Amino acid sequence: MKTFPIIRVVTKILIPYILLFGCYVQFHGDYGPGGGFQAGVIFASGLILYGLVFGLDAVRTVAPPRVIEKLMSLGVLIFAGTGVLTMLLGGNFLDYDYLEHHVLPGILPTGQHLGLFLVELGVGVTVTAVMTMIFYAFAGRVQAKHVQAKQEPTP
Amino acid sequence: MTAIDVAILLFLAITAVTIARIRDLWAAVMFTGIYSFLSASWMLLLDAPDVSFTEAAVGAGISTVLMLSTLALTGTTEKASGAKFRPIPFMVVVLTGCMLIYGTLDMPQIGDPSDPIHIHPSPSFVERTQGDMHGLPNVVTAVLGSYRGYDTLGETTVVFTAGIAVLLILRRGKEEDSKTGGRPGSAAASGDNA
Amino acid sequence: MTMVQALGLYNYWVVVFLMMTGFYIVIARRNLIKSILGLNIFQTSVFLLYISMGKIDGATAPIVPPDIAAAAAHHGDHHSDHHGHGEHAGHGVVDHGVDHGVDGATEIAHEAAHSATGYVAMTGIDAENIVYSNPLPSVLMLTAIVVGIATTALALALIVRVREDYGTVEEDEILQINQEEWAAGRERAAKKKKASPGVSAR
Repeated sequence: MKTFPIIRVVTKILIPYILLFGCYVQFHGDYGPGGGFQAGVIFASGLILYGLVFGLDAVRTVAPPRVIEKLMSLGVLIFAGTGVLTMLLGGNFLDYDYLEHHVLPGILPTGQHLGLFLVELGVGVTVTAVMTMIFYAFAGRVQAKHVQAKQEPTP
Repeated sequence: MTAIDVAILLFLAITAVTIARIRDLWAAVMFTGIYSFLSASWMLLLDAPDVSFTEAAVGAGISTVLMLSTLALTGTTEKASGAKFRPIPFMVVVLTGCMLIYGTLDMPQIGDPSDPIHIHPSPSFVERTQGDMHGLPNVVTAVLGSYRGYDTLGETTVVFTAGIAVLLILRRGKEEDSKTGGRPGSAAASGDNA
Repeated sequence: MTMVQALGLYNYWVVVFLMMTGFYIVIARRNLIKSILGLNIFQTSVFLLYISMGKIDGATAPIVPPDIAAAAAHHGDHHSDHHGHGEHAGHGVVDHGVDHGVDGATEIAHEAAHSATGYVAMTGIDAENIVYSNPLPSVLMLTAIVVGIATTALALALIVRVREDYGTVEEDEILQINQEEWAAGRERAAKKKKASPGVSAR
């Protein structure tokens, strides 16, 4: 799609807003519609749009598969880690009441708010990474097929 | 039921039947995107904005992209003999549908506040959230992350596992990459393949 | 059952129709990708079934207006000493103790309604009688949608592999190739047996 200037320009303008909206949905999820699952999907669709218009190699430079791979597991670890943290603080698994603290009250989230924030962050990271990685896997196949077809033209 | 409801449901039914009848897979995938978008609209009318825009982003966005990439790898037309009308499956479907409709006659009315689903658990999650969560406005997030935290952890793990499985099935090794010339940086066709 | 009662079931009937359309595609079509599309339709109809059951007539989405939520935050803060959440609603809120039942919720709404500023006062909504739709189906379906796309991707990945190995995504052709290979394998095994009877005799 390198030959369509309108699509390229419009995409360049749109992508920052898609990513910004993803962040809004992620961090405003406690107050309005939204949360980790939605934010992850929106964030990933921003990356996928970039990949569709500017090519797989370009998006692979922006979000290297090696990093995305690690993020896939990091998200689940954040989620489960929050649970383990509450256990270490003396509560049950995922019992956010034990995250209550008194540092900067009213500014930093505390207790249930903090727990939900961490958990949603974990979900968002995993969903973004998994969706992006699935796109890489499919697009990588398509790319390999194209290259193969170019090298060995079928009779 | 308003006129908007009727219109959306009518379009949903028409789209579903079109997907069943059409033979061009590319068009069918596009209709699936429209179908997802219409169901997202109905979900919004049913007071579920969270689900609605997940469905819009997933069904009309990512799912369509994945389907189209698959079509690029497998071809876009269905075999003619595979697409003809089949009476036996149709009979099975009609019978099953009739039984399900018979079953719905005992179901509670839509929108009735005295439905069993709205009575249990009591007090409802909306009321509990206000006490337990120190006033978190979005009840859906509260239930998702806190009351049903274990469930969500499980779902996240399922997404993670499915991602790993796709990678295991589709990713090529390094040797295979160099055989097909798909090394990063060397691929000239990268921009045009999508 | 009267006519009006029957019309109140329209959501189930639409869902059954969509579900059966998806089911027909899955069992009648021989193309693997088409089957996945059918499964998608089926799946979405299940989402719609759950979501439509959570609806209450005249209700709103299960998101509490910020003022009421802030008042509730103040209300629930009896065991901690910070008052960061309560500043929006703040007039004459007294400590009510541990009671957060239905009465507690009504009181909170009442307090929010009588605070001078903010969303409730601005929009003039009846804060004491807001009805919320059921949040539980939304939560269940939210996770189901994302898990659904992940499993769909897995199915599509398998289809891509099938296509690479068999050269087709039509079910009957795949079965035919399987049968031919099976028959050929049996023939080969029979030939081998004839050539060296001692090996297979053990």
